[in-house]
Amino acid sequence: MARAAILSYIKRNSLVHELTGTTKLIFFLAWSVASMITYDTRVLSGMLLISIVVFKVSKIRIRDISIVLGLAAVFLLMNNLFVYLFSPEYGVELYESRTVLLTIAGPYTITLQQLFYHLNMTMKVICVVPVALLFIACTDPSEFAASLAGIGISYRIGYSVSLALRYIPDVQREYHNISQAQQARGIDLSGKDKLFTRMKNSVAILLPLVLSSLNRIETVSNAMELRGFGRNKKRTWYVRRKMQRNDWLTIAFVLTVLIVDLVVTFWDGNRFYNPFV
Amino acid sequence: MKKLSVKTVVAIGIGAALFFVLGKISIPTPVPNTYVSLQYAIQAVFATLFGPIAGLLIGFIGHTLIDATSYGPWWSWIIASAFAGLVIGLVTLKLDINEGLDSRKTVQFNVAQIIAHLLSWGLVAPCLDILIYSEPIEKLFVQGLVAGIANMITTGVVGSLLLVAYAKTVVKKGSLNKEN
Repeated sequence: MARAAILSYIKRNSLVHELTGTTKLIFFLAWSVASMITYDTRVLSGMLLISIVVFKVSKIRIRDISIVLGLAAVFLLMNNLFVYLFSPEYGVELYESRTVLLTIAGPYTITLQQLFYHLNMTMKVICVVPVALLFIACTDPSEFAASLAGIGISYRIGYSVSLALRYIPDVQREYHNISQAQQARGIDLSGKDKLFTRMKNSVAILLPLVLSSLNRIETVSNAMELRGFGRNKKRTWYVRRKMQRNDWLTIAFVLTVLIVDLVVTFWDGNRFYNPFV
Repeated sequence: MKKLSVKTVVAIGIGAALFFVLGKISIPTPVPNTYVSLQYAIQAVFATLFGPIAGLLIGFIGHTLIDATSYGPWWSWIIASAFAGLVIGLVTLKLDINEGLDSRKTVQFNVAQIIAHLLSWGLVAPCLDILIYSEPIEKLFVQGLVAGIANMITTGVVGSLLLVAYAKTVVKKGSLNKEN
């Protein structure tokens, strides 16, 4: 079984790495919200430009994340294709004008408006990708729970998240072991069997995995209970860092972007920037 | 919000790890680019065992991690995943698997998961997609329906089998007999 392409923490010395986890989390969330709200081409191009600059600053190389970028590209391509297949005239409807460039067959024509809609839709996703990748690649997982607590989320939930991050490699290893043991007994999940057989076979792997996970839950929660987890309203974090000047500047910057985003997008009462009318 | 017990906190963490690992493993189906999503079966089992909040957070954390490590988060579907866990947990709240599993309970589990996936992928995900991404409605509902039905079948088959097998391993109350 080939190892799945998983993005993880990459340690480097850069301005982005120096920021506290809380700052990066706020940046990431505000950025997602900003890109979700707007459909304005001007705002989206600005955001795209900023995210590329941030990516440069982080010293993460394209090579480090090439697999992930490839996945994103495939995902976007499929999505664009489906949108076009289902409604080739959607852009015309949105932008209330029609400029035909090319006729393929039947209802499938290529209009300038449709292309513009696809461009916007793609930019909307692309401008979040670098920020999301950087958030994962530049935040130390052990700082993650502390940063969740930093934005006011209950430390219990923060602890759940860091437990998840802590146990992903263990669960992965266990899955791998169980699946190899079952394969040795002739249980197969690949395309050679019928779909229903494959599903039934998956139970043979999942059941030991679930049972051992339930045991693990028992052990870990007993250990945490013995150490008095959840006794107090608050807890402190060893990895938590003090907010520096740069942190406040970053937060101020991203909030400004969010406000500009809202103002520019809704100035004319429409989410879409329409250059056609 | 009621305080989460230590056990729920750990169950959410490890449940989300399972959700993530299974989400990264793909079992191909005859339809191109579609995979059996085993993670929803696990989510349903954990929501039944540990309650609605656990189901919600396992979906939310697990799905966010899957998306963030592959192509950036697609929030509408993340929220739909979380919502599915919440609904399954709520409907099966009174279902005590540790007391044994009969056919009535299995049916109830399946009703819960069918309602949950119908609402999540038929309603929540497409509506949020329209709101956030303004994609054409026809595409979203077809996509949601396909995903929803696939998840229902996976959860129905794999989830039920897991639950039955799990219930067999639990020692029931009063299972010891006094020897004469």
